[in-house]
Amino acid sequence: MWSWKMPVAGVCAGLAMLLAGGEAFAEIKIGSVLSVTGPASFLGDPEKKTLEMYVEAINAAGGVNGEMLELVVYDDAADPNAARTFATRLVEQDEVVAVVGGSTTGSTLAMAPVFEEAEIPFISLAGAIQIVEPVRQWVFKTPHTDTMACEKIFTDLKERDLTSVALISGTGGFGKSMHAQCKKVAPDHGITIVHEETYGPRDSDMTPQLTNIKNADGVQAVVNPGFGQGPAIVTRNYRQLGISLPLYQSHGVASKQFIELAGDAADGVRLPAAALLIADKLPDGDPQKPVVVSYKQTYEEKTGQDVSTFGGHAYDGLMILIEAAKRAGGFEPAKVRDEIEKTSGFVGTGGVVNMSPSDHLGLDLSAFRMLEIESGDWTLVE
Amino acid sequence: MQDETLTPAARPIRSRLASLRRHPLALPAALTVLVAVTPLFLASSYHYRIAALVLIFALACLGLNLLMGYAGQISLGHAGFMGIGAYAVAIGPAHLGLPSWLSLLAGAALSALVAFIVGRPILRLKRHYLAVATLGFGLLIAIVLTNEAEFTGGPDGMAVERMQLFGWTAKGTVTWYWISAITFLLGAKLALNLIDSPTGRALRAIHDGEVAASVLGVDVARKKLAAFVLAAVYASVAGSYLALFNGHITPDVAGFLRSIELVAMVVLGGMGSILGSLVGTAVLVVLPQTLTVLHDYEHMVLGLIIICIMIFLREGIVPTLAAALGARRS
Repeated sequence: MWSWKMPVAGVCAGLAMLLAGGEAFAEIKIGSVLSVTGPASFLGDPEKKTLEMYVEAINAAGGVNGEMLELVVYDDAADPNAARTFATRLVEQDEVVAVVGGSTTGSTLAMAPVFEEAEIPFISLAGAIQIVEPVRQWVFKTPHTDTMACEKIFTDLKERDLTSVALISGTGGFGKSMHAQCKKVAPDHGITIVHEETYGPRDSDMTPQLTNIKNADGVQAVVNPGFGQGPAIVTRNYRQLGISLPLYQSHGVASKQFIELAGDAADGVRLPAAALLIADKLPDGDPQKPVVVSYKQTYEEKTGQDVSTFGGHAYDGLMILIEAAKRAGGFEPAKVRDEIEKTSGFVGTGGVVNMSPSDHLGLDLSAFRMLEIESGDWTLVE
Repeated sequence: MQDETLTPAARPIRSRLASLRRHPLALPAALTVLVAVTPLFLASSYHYRIAALVLIFALACLGLNLLMGYAGQISLGHAGFMGIGAYAVAIGPAHLGLPSWLSLLAGAALSALVAFIVGRPILRLKRHYLAVATLGFGLLIAIVLTNEAEFTGGPDGMAVERMQLFGWTAKGTVTWYWISAITFLLGAKLALNLIDSPTGRALRAIHDGEVAASVLGVDVARKKLAAFVLAAVYASVAGSYLALFNGHITPDVAGFLRSIELVAMVVLGGMGSILGSLVGTAVLVVLPQTLTVLHDYEHMVLGLIIICIMIFLREGIVPTLAAALGARRS
């Protein structure tokens, strides 16, 4: 009866050694909790790579105000409970001066109170508007919101004199949230939502819902808030049914993958997207062009993967923080917070950021570009 | 946990300890000492948070252990009841104007009712069929919580008001450590009492052989249902605590992975062991925190450690170690 002892003792000794080895040295610590694994890893993975890449680059260039940065990243696997634990850990154990992270809205909202209480600036990388509305003193965010995507689509519809639309939305987090936001802002833009359909995230055929839309009276255009492969199936079914109304997808499918999945059916589809997606196609005078081209090149060179807007959000968050720290002359949390709030004219991958005490996002509709898919590639709608 | 890790120096008193172990109050006393002494080793609110999480999940595991370890029934949807409890304290104050403590009780009552209604048909099933049915039940709860966005906030979850009792607000990790510690002790005592009652013996009889138990006059269906309902209530209270502690809740609390985690905690700690519920939970809550130093390899190592424990401590941590100690003594 001694056999169990040795492996257990070995594991314990190993753990003890690891813990001892994890002691850190004196640097400015920036914390991050990201969903690197799990269902939201498509967000967390590029975010983590971006943060690591740029912190390394900043240190190589001599740090911030002569101080070196250390990045502490924890993986919450998209579990808000774990995110909150790691948030507490960043504050208590690692004693970070600022946090850039929170891949999902759930994780961000779970962590926000921890940083509010500890009075540490927190720049979130998650989408929902609830993060900055109402304004929390210490919480900021970089990604554009669903509301802005809806508004961008509606603005484009108005320009084409289309006012009655049908919504077909995924029931996943993204589709649900955007569906609600679109309904909320539609009246402000003179848009009437005349028909609504939904589909499950794993549905493989949306013909019945689209047939309903086809048969509905007075529909002039169709908007599809959704994420993943659902919108691609909607697009294919849409063409199969021969519906000729304009189809709008959301920024949630603003990736090459969508075009590959939807194939020829994607031609003519419009969608709002960040400038990063069409870095090469931006006109030369565009203020965002140098930033997005440089980020895209750096990311694709270092990782060998296609650039994604999510990594861009992390880039924006980190850079807003660094700029604020430079202006504040150090990483004193309260001063950095004040400076983040004063961010103005910052050109990031997501747009031009102008924050204020009442706006902790600082993006306007110009952050989105309206794209149309033409023979398998994006074109900018002017 | 501590009374199982005797150092060689403590060996002479082991035999006396072993006889103490048989005393009916030995385990409750040991657990009380354990939770009372633990704060001496907790340096920050981060530590307190981890400890409180261990106790909260251990509470859910206590109930699940009654069902799995004693009645011999599996539930792969147990997080569903945590979800009911969690959303009860979120929705109650926000939409219905109920105080948190009443919502907590209402959540527990609702869980019991749901378990009672669902348990009747489900518990007729055996082995894999039961596993799949409970799994389906858990998924169902998670889907409802995700889709009824008007009440639950959808996938992004909703904020949970702080619990207030007589003008006192329960907040802070230290407070929640003590709340969950006391509740865990009460829960453990209740479970121990149940195990030593005729119901507990009936449950163990069912575990050993349903046919034999029914021949002996045990109302098998009723006892199984009782264990299921009780397990649901434990999980519901744990879910409520988790929601109140975190102040924000998402449907992940009721998710499939959470259910699996609960089962893993029970199996790892030891089925049919009250202490095992605590130890298994402690391992699975604390290990991911210590393994973060391994960065990209943490999940691999976590899996490896769990596999090793299951290979070398086959009956679960506590029963295997207890058996090893017992074998030495004789």
